[in-house]
Amino acid sequence: MSLSSRLSVLLLSFFLMGSVQAEPAPDFSFIDPFTDESTSLGGLQGQVVYLDFWASWCIPCRQSFPFMNELHERYGDRGLTILAVNVDEQEADAERFLQQFPASFRILYDHDATLPPIYNVMGMPTAYLIDHNGQIEETKIGFRIDQRGEIEQRLREMLRSAGHL
Amino acid sequence: MKTVIRCLALILISLALAGCTTVQPWERGTLAEPGMDVDGHPIDAYVDSHVYFSREAATGGSGVGGGGCGCN
Repeated sequence: MSLSSRLSVLLLSFFLMGSVQAEPAPDFSFIDPFTDESTSLGGLQGQVVYLDFWASWCIPCRQSFPFMNELHERYGDRGLTILAVNVDEQEADAERFLQQFPASFRILYDHDATLPPIYNVMGMPTAYLIDHNGQIEETKIGFRIDQRGEIEQRLREMLRSAGHL
Repeated sequence: MKTVIRCLALILISLALAGCTTVQPWERGTLAEPGMDVDGHPIDAYVDSHVYFSREAATGGSGVGGGGCGCN
């Protein structure tokens, strides 16, 4: 094999490495705001999880919140758990945002921003679509209105393969 | 004497470079505040851009969308 062919194979393998998306979602524990009980992401296995990182100053989050409310309404009792992790340093900023854009799904607070580096968050908001086996199936950086159908379709597929739909 | 000045310059440069840091996407709350906008007052910015685009006889292409959140 010539040197250029070897290089091509090496480059190709790097690209393929990048396209392998499913990787285990790092586990973390939290107090479930719906039940006030301590739980963890690992404890949600069997559920499809939409893990979203957001901040009060993030403009696209104003559009993603109504969408997540819709998702929660449609699939909340059909195997989808939405966890929206706020990374504001001041909880008051988050509360002000939530008064303007109310959320019917679970809001978690990470004021010390311990989770974003673990999840390698690249922008605000960033959403992770985690399947029923705790694998990150897809990462969505930012939020655009025209992505809603695509995200919902993907979640429906994941709920179907988890046996919820 | 020259060596001392060079050493001092080197120390100053390395100290200045040590102040550089990458602001992570989740740390941009302060940068996203209106007061951090380089344009200052919105009306002032509007007038400036109006003058600029009139002079250039073309409009647009002055920047990209996004509020410093690294998402657009």
